[in-house]
Amino acid sequence: MLLILMLIIPLGGAVVISMLDRAPNLRETATLLTAVILFLLNIVLAVDVFDGARPTFEIAGFIPGAPIMLGAEPLGVIFGLIASGLWIVTSVYSIGYMRGKNEANQTRFYTFFSVALACTMGVAYAGNLISLFIFYEALSLSTYPLVTHHNNEAARQGGRTYLGVLLGTSIGLFLFGVLWVWHEAGSVAFVPDGVFGSDANLSLIVPMLALFVFGIGKAGVMPFHRWLPAAMVAPTPVSALLHAVAVVKAGVFSVLKVTTYTFGIDLLAVTPGTDFFLWVAAATILIASIIALRQDNLKRRLAYSTVSQLSYIVLAAMLANSAGIVGGALHIASHAFGKITLFFCAGAIYVAANKTTVSQLKGIGRVMPWTMTFFAIGAISIIGLPPTAGFVSKWYILQGVIDAGQPAIAGVLIISTLLSAAYLMPIVYAAFFQVPEVSGAPSHGEAPLPILIALGASVALTFAMFVFAESALKAAAQITGGI
Amino acid sequence: MISQIPALQVVIPLIGAPLCIILRRGALPWLVALLVSWVALAMAATLLSQVADGTVISYAIGGWLAPLGIEYRVDVLNALMVLLVAGTSSIVLPFAYKSVAKEIPEDRHYLFYSGFLLMLTGLLGMAITGDAFNVFVFIEISSLSSYAMIAMGRDRRALSAAFTYLVMGTVGATFFLIGVGLIYAVTGTLNMADLAERLPPIHESRTVLAAFAFISVGILLKLALFPLHLWLPNAYTYAPSVVTAFLAATATKVALYLLLRFGYTVFGADFVFNIVPSSEVLLALALAGVVVASTVAIFQNDVKRLLAYSSVAQVGYIVLGISYANVTGLTASIVHIFNHAATKGALFLVMGCIAYAAGACRLESFAGLGKRMPLTMAAFVIGGLSLIGVPLTAGFVSKWYLVLGALEKGWWPVAVVILASSLLAAVYVWRVVEIAYFRDPPTDGPVLSDPPLALLAPTWILTGACVYFGIETSLSVGFSEQAARFLMGGS
Repeated sequence: MLLILMLIIPLGGAVVISMLDRAPNLRETATLLTAVILFLLNIVLAVDVFDGARPTFEIAGFIPGAPIMLGAEPLGVIFGLIASGLWIVTSVYSIGYMRGKNEANQTRFYTFFSVALACTMGVAYAGNLISLFIFYEALSLSTYPLVTHHNNEAARQGGRTYLGVLLGTSIGLFLFGVLWVWHEAGSVAFVPDGVFGSDANLSLIVPMLALFVFGIGKAGVMPFHRWLPAAMVAPTPVSALLHAVAVVKAGVFSVLKVTTYTFGIDLLAVTPGTDFFLWVAAATILIASIIALRQDNLKRRLAYSTVSQLSYIVLAAMLANSAGIVGGALHIASHAFGKITLFFCAGAIYVAANKTTVSQLKGIGRVMPWTMTFFAIGAISIIGLPPTAGFVSKWYILQGVIDAGQPAIAGVLIISTLLSAAYLMPIVYAAFFQVPEVSGAPSHGEAPLPILIALGASVALTFAMFVFAESALKAAAQITGGI
Repeated sequence: MISQIPALQVVIPLIGAPLCIILRRGALPWLVALLVSWVALAMAATLLSQVADGTVISYAIGGWLAPLGIEYRVDVLNALMVLLVAGTSSIVLPFAYKSVAKEIPEDRHYLFYSGFLLMLTGLLGMAITGDAFNVFVFIEISSLSSYAMIAMGRDRRALSAAFTYLVMGTVGATFFLIGVGLIYAVTGTLNMADLAERLPPIHESRTVLAAFAFISVGILLKLALFPLHLWLPNAYTYAPSVVTAFLAATATKVALYLLLRFGYTVFGADFVFNIVPSSEVLLALALAGVVVASTVAIFQNDVKRLLAYSSVAQVGYIVLGISYANVTGLTASIVHIFNHAATKGALFLVMGCIAYAAGACRLESFAGLGKRMPLTMAAFVIGGLSLIGVPLTAGFVSKWYLVLGALEKGWWPVAVVILASSLLAAVYVWRVVEIAYFRDPPTDGPVLSDPPLALLAPTWILTGACVYFGIETSLSVGFSEQAARFLMGGS
């Protein structure tokens, strides 16, 4: 019962929001209220699940043997908590941003945002593979109006790439994978040891897994990463919550879920040839970081950084050991906190100073000290230094790499850490230590208050996850039944 | 009374047609057509409930028993088809009142409704009869009336479209008749159940082979399988909106039913798939149709025509399922007959709404419609998603079974083609969506708005069906699987 509310609350919220076009204040109250209720429900559910409950709920019969159903387990709960919690923060931020920029069609924006969150919850609590696919697809479609929010030529082009890559990979590869699993194993259920049993034909596993790793385009594994930079035409709150948290995490979450509950890490550990995916992920990490170095548009730089960071999680999943899965789950959380902070900052700079490129940011730390301090903290977390969340998750991924006996991959991770410092730290340096090109009194001040509040919250989470690393670890460890 | 339903199912629309001509004034013909259609739907539902448990109703027309008389034979498959035809006309006719008033001169309205009822009679008759020659009679009734209906389109090109259809449709019907004549010559019966018993011993005979060739080519022409589809795009493009919606949802579907009926019941699966290489032929034509027609659809500038080409592609999917010759494939075909009827019916009704408001369905007249006609365009988007086969729409369910059937056969490349072709569908649907939502409406034209409820409600009923059958499949898949097993069982 609690599970179906995860869909009903945001969908109902969307209906209410869509009817409040004439009363913006009421409309934003509805958004915030929906977000808060959803988060509280997630907490209630989380308490149950970490106590060992595994509730399920069948929505419709659908195809005999493959119902549309919801089911909660620790990995889903972690994702559900992150997405719904950050939705509250983003909603506060959106109010500052959308009003500060005087955006058109705000009702449509908030409505589809709520629908997108419902789809995200569907992904987090999908009870079997076919339900996961359905909500995954619904998420692509419901975010399309958000990506193309500005309704201009750039939005149309960006939207075309966005939907083209996401639908192309999901229908062409992901769906094929789902059907293949159903055909081979006769089941699309999520079970802790996978559906294939001990007599699985190992030679089929690698091509099948390839359909998922590449077919789940939202995970951004190269060469199917192009949609993410294209999605940057969206308003910044969309980039922040959806394209740093909900949508991209739905992708890597699906990869983690499929490796753990459809294939089973024990099966993958004995399958020859899975190293291939490690190297694909490693290549994505490095190439995306190098591309990020060369981007002058701040949001695009962050997008490529996201592509690179997502592959950390794919890589962690492909290690097929508990430390890797736990590290991957933790990285979903830590990257979410860090990257949303950075996007919030990018939006804050755009609202307050109307600046979008890195080269315009010299000396901006003097007029926007809070924003740029938060940016620095977010950057530190993405790089993976203590005392921030990024350190915790990278630590476990590294441990998984060592457990798997892959010293070369460990080298890749270290190089990538240096690269991420190289594309993020110059921004901080320029903001605080360089002199603005235009002299005289600054034409703008600090960002609007709602934006700063949201930033403060996301930064607090970044620290909190470092301080309370042990409880985060315990939660994540339940996925594989303890380390 | 209830025992007479199989006959009444055809007789009532047949009586309704001249009644429309007698009551020619005002809204009366429309009212007659509507009532007749709703009664037909009620009867169809009763029939289906009677045969749902697997019983077969046999009805002798006029009390003359087969093989002398004509037998009407109803099993799950026909009952479903009858329901499809009667259901579509019941949804389309409320739409017709305003749409026809706009598109057809007033002095011809009574002819329109009379013709519509004849079309309905023909299609219902094709679906329900158990007599091979009687099938031909009903093919002619439905075809002749549909030529006339298409010619009523307001564009003058409707005339040449109707003429092309007339020529090709007549060729098809004649081929069919020649085939029926040949099997009559060797078996001495026209009753399908009798044929099913008498044909197997003489399967190797050259006459039977020739008869099968004539009959199947005749039917394939009617159902517009690539490359016998040439009549379809123009006919759908220039016919009045209501006629297009009705024909697209039913006419090719009933022809598909005939293919199944003659293939599985009359000639028998063993003959069709083991003696004749039907599987290979159908597979090749279906795949070619899916790919070619979807590609051609991408380049159309008239949205009605785009959808017509998409119909040719979708017929390819249905035939593809038949070519698998396994239960999953057959289930996929029958499910897709229904799901596609709902999808295309909805989309062509959307075209009717747009023709009502804007007068044309050319791509450029869609500019800005996302804002101006939000409810109409929302229905288009949902119908379009179902055409692509996105989850939670009916199209997805069909595609699921279609790919699964291919995997069961071990036909990997076929599965790949199916999934790749849905991407082609995504391209042609999204072309329209982008223009509707991203291009500004022309500044000089009239300001358009959503059509009245009489048009929107039927459109949204079919759109709703696309979503409903995408989520709750126990009805659609359940009955289709039952029908598929029934056919494969050989009875």
